[in-house]
Amino acid sequence: MSILNMTIKEISELLKNRKIGTVELVRHYLDSIRRQNPSLNSFVTTCEEDALEASEKAQKLIDSNDNTSLLCGIPFGIKDNICVRGIRTTAGSKMLSDFVPAYSSTVVNRLVEANAVILGKLNMNEFSMKESKEGNIFGFVRNPWNKEYAEGGLSEGTAAAVSGDMACFALGSDSGGELRQAASFCGVVGLKPTYGLVSRYGLISSASSMDQIGPVTRSVEDCAAVMSVIAGQDPLDSTSVGRSENYLKDIDKGIKGLRVGVPKEFFGSEVNTEIKESISRALENLGQEGAIYKEISIPSIKYILPAHYIISSAEASSNLARYDGIRFGHRSPDARNISEVYRFSRKEGFGREVKQRILTGTYFLSSENRERLYYKALKIRRMIFNDFRKAFENLDVLVAPVCPEVACKLTDVSGDKDHLLKMHISDVYTAGLNLTGLPGLTVPCGLDKNKLPIGIQIVGREFSEKLLLQVGYAIEKTVGKLSPGEGDKYGI
Amino acid sequence: MEYEIVIGLEIHAELKTKTKIFCGCKNEFGEEPNTNCCPVCLGMPGAMPVLNQKALEYAIKAGLAMNCDIAEFSKFDRKNYFYPDTPKAYQISQYDLPLCHDGYIDIELEGTTKRIGIERIHLEEDAGKLIHDASGEGSLIDHNRSGVPLIEIVTRPDIRSPEEARTVFESIKSILEYTDVSDCRMQEGSVRADVNLSVRPKGKGTFGVRTEMKNINSFRAVERACRAEAERQTELLERGLEVVRETRRWDDLKGTSFPMRSKEEAMDYRFFPEPDLLPVVIDRSLIAEIKSSIPELPFDKRRRYTEQYGLPLYDAKLLTESKKISEIFETALEVCKNPKLVSNWIMTDLLRLVNEKGKSILDTALNGRIFGRILLYFDRGEISQASARTLMEVIAETGEEPDSVIDRLSLRVQRDENLVSGVVKTIIRDNPQAVSDYRAGKTKALGFLMGRTMAALKGNGDPEQVRSLLIKELDRTE
Repeated sequence: MSILNMTIKEISELLKNRKIGTVELVRHYLDSIRRQNPSLNSFVTTCEEDALEASEKAQKLIDSNDNTSLLCGIPFGIKDNICVRGIRTTAGSKMLSDFVPAYSSTVVNRLVEANAVILGKLNMNEFSMKESKEGNIFGFVRNPWNKEYAEGGLSEGTAAAVSGDMACFALGSDSGGELRQAASFCGVVGLKPTYGLVSRYGLISSASSMDQIGPVTRSVEDCAAVMSVIAGQDPLDSTSVGRSENYLKDIDKGIKGLRVGVPKEFFGSEVNTEIKESISRALENLGQEGAIYKEISIPSIKYILPAHYIISSAEASSNLARYDGIRFGHRSPDARNISEVYRFSRKEGFGREVKQRILTGTYFLSSENRERLYYKALKIRRMIFNDFRKAFENLDVLVAPVCPEVACKLTDVSGDKDHLLKMHISDVYTAGLNLTGLPGLTVPCGLDKNKLPIGIQIVGREFSEKLLLQVGYAIEKTVGKLSPGEGDKYGI
Repeated sequence: MEYEIVIGLEIHAELKTKTKIFCGCKNEFGEEPNTNCCPVCLGMPGAMPVLNQKALEYAIKAGLAMNCDIAEFSKFDRKNYFYPDTPKAYQISQYDLPLCHDGYIDIELEGTTKRIGIERIHLEEDAGKLIHDASGEGSLIDHNRSGVPLIEIVTRPDIRSPEEARTVFESIKSILEYTDVSDCRMQEGSVRADVNLSVRPKGKGTFGVRTEMKNINSFRAVERACRAEAERQTELLERGLEVVRETRRWDDLKGTSFPMRSKEEAMDYRFFPEPDLLPVVIDRSLIAEIKSSIPELPFDKRRRYTEQYGLPLYDAKLLTESKKISEIFETALEVCKNPKLVSNWIMTDLLRLVNEKGKSILDTALNGRIFGRILLYFDRGEISQASARTLMEVIAETGEEPDSVIDRLSLRVQRDENLVSGVVKTIIRDNPQAVSDYRAGKTKALGFLMGRTMAALKGNGDPEQVRSLLIKELDRTE
């Protein structure tokens, strides 16, 4: 039986009906990783022994109990900035290239309690900051849809692992949109939950007030299944909030009467025509299902980028200060005194983009600029939040692109300023949600002429994940699930 | 020209919570290095702080005891700087919205009362402890102290002399002790003061350029540092030179301070709101509840001791300096209702015994109730002064009950007239020389005979009774 590209729900069914064993399942993914990872470069660490052991335990549970969780025995991958006890966790940085945490993040603990099986750790940009070629210690991730292509400058192993059938689902993180963007480039489902809904304990901080862990999955239902396990307040994270639900329940409720807003600021000339068309088709489909959509305007969208850049850099400059060569992280062998330990270790341990962010962040927080830049950005953040909240007074969800372009060729990813700038500018569609804390779900809505996936982003009020998943489910129903190499059958 | 000294203090005090401020590690001094730490207080990647509610309550309590307003809305901020004792390379502190603000304390110095403003009290975490060159291979860090809750108390520049600075420091320390929020172990650095000082020509309205001296951990050192710094600054001004705005380090052994860094080199801490913690919203009912738990504070106690018990100010001050001593005084007073007597015995014999045997005897052998009983017996004339002293010493050693010691050592004053008369008669019979001296008008001889009689009574005679019986007997047998 081929389980290629099957969803959690489908696989779980097979496990419960004894059509397949958990060990067999894990071996399928370990084989797939062995075969594909050398070219896709998604995993940076695999945990074969632990995975096999965990799957044996899961099998025993399934054998002795008919009511195991949906995730029991389901193999998954974890972005390398989410701590797993005893497993190297690098955050994509040379600084932490030998860091082995003595604790697991809350999300990982919750999934392990549900008997999901950890396959390994996934590639990422250094501290989740988009970087040019030379900065990535593990190298670029390739797009499973076409290995000539990247993820638009990202190196998120999560989406490639799920799309490339190397994991059943993955845990990613989203500080400016990277989780959603990678999911969109790779044709899978990605959710950035409301800030606080998923515990950050054990997530290596980049921009603390925006970082959020979320699932990357093959289907909207899978996303709901994972969320049902990982969401909810955590006493170890003071910023987490106590709402957790069964997100699978009523996912097929339909969207009759749904009021959809389409912010015109998100559909300017810089957005690729094919993407616009694809999203329009998705909207028409939603209309047929009973949704009402209309164009709206959120003027403060134009301030998203500077506000996001200032706040995220400022927070990162502080969060990354602990990597000073004293207690953990790279320590320069050439340092002869305390000042050199700091200077050399940080010079050698951080990549270019990270250093730039630390420098700018330090500048934004300095006593002469703080009022003018950092505090102003906080005010703008509040203003943007209010504008979104106002939009939701008469609307249930908003729709936006995830990125203005589909994935680009690896050869087009360069270290030059223009490319970096373009990458940063493309964050405007996603970073607003990191600023406001609102949730955003991306689901595939079609393929472009080169058979590369296009994603649509659905944005909701705080804690409206359930609704977002219902809308995503409706879109998925009309588009169908997309898998690399199967694009033809959708005839797009 | 006459100069005026202007001083403000910043006092850091460790709170005596059971656990640290942002994690569940034990807050305990003197343990094996690096045994009370965890991912949170070590600043490990991904670990997150969770505020200890008790630390918050202790800080509020200190604020209320110093008459501060408690902010209904407060928050934590990051203070960023590189130093090896700070594992996150930032300290979680409070910047623009401190927990407590605009309070005051009253101090008493040479009989006059003065009000000193408290600008703010905020809550923060302590850093680790650096141990230099212990191993011969550079410095070591002990993170047991990382994350110990601290409050920083900032006074207004209302202090005008080194003595006043010392008194303010002493008063704040005793308030912290009374409210039970800090152990105030000075020796171990759990309370330390930074001194901000400037001088100005007397009568001038504006302040002079100030300097700051950091981490001074004794009352005496604060007074000495203030005096030396005031002299240094005055001398500069007298010579027509300028005081440089700088941070200095006070060396108490050398009795002088050295420049550490100038204003230009001052660090930019890049404060910003701590994104890993929620703002603190304080319920009015919590404040009321904490307020009701604050005991009578030293300043009020002192006033009451002088007014209610008629004690001299000197006594009242000494008795209220430490909470323990005031507790002993008050408990003992419930038993033996003679305030001045209790006060005298505390200031002399009891404090001497505490010095010899340690503070713990006040909780055990010589607690207030037992101490009060001893004084009651003495006050009633049931035991002599010498016996009371013996009694205290024995009890401090053995922990026995007063009555059993009195019986065992026969310390009770002997007043049986027949018995005492018998002894007196024997003494007169056995000392004919003294008797004839007395009768020849040498009054000194009476003293000698009294001494003999008291000795025969093993010190337990009632001097008045012995004296009158002696005179009666001498006059009669003439």
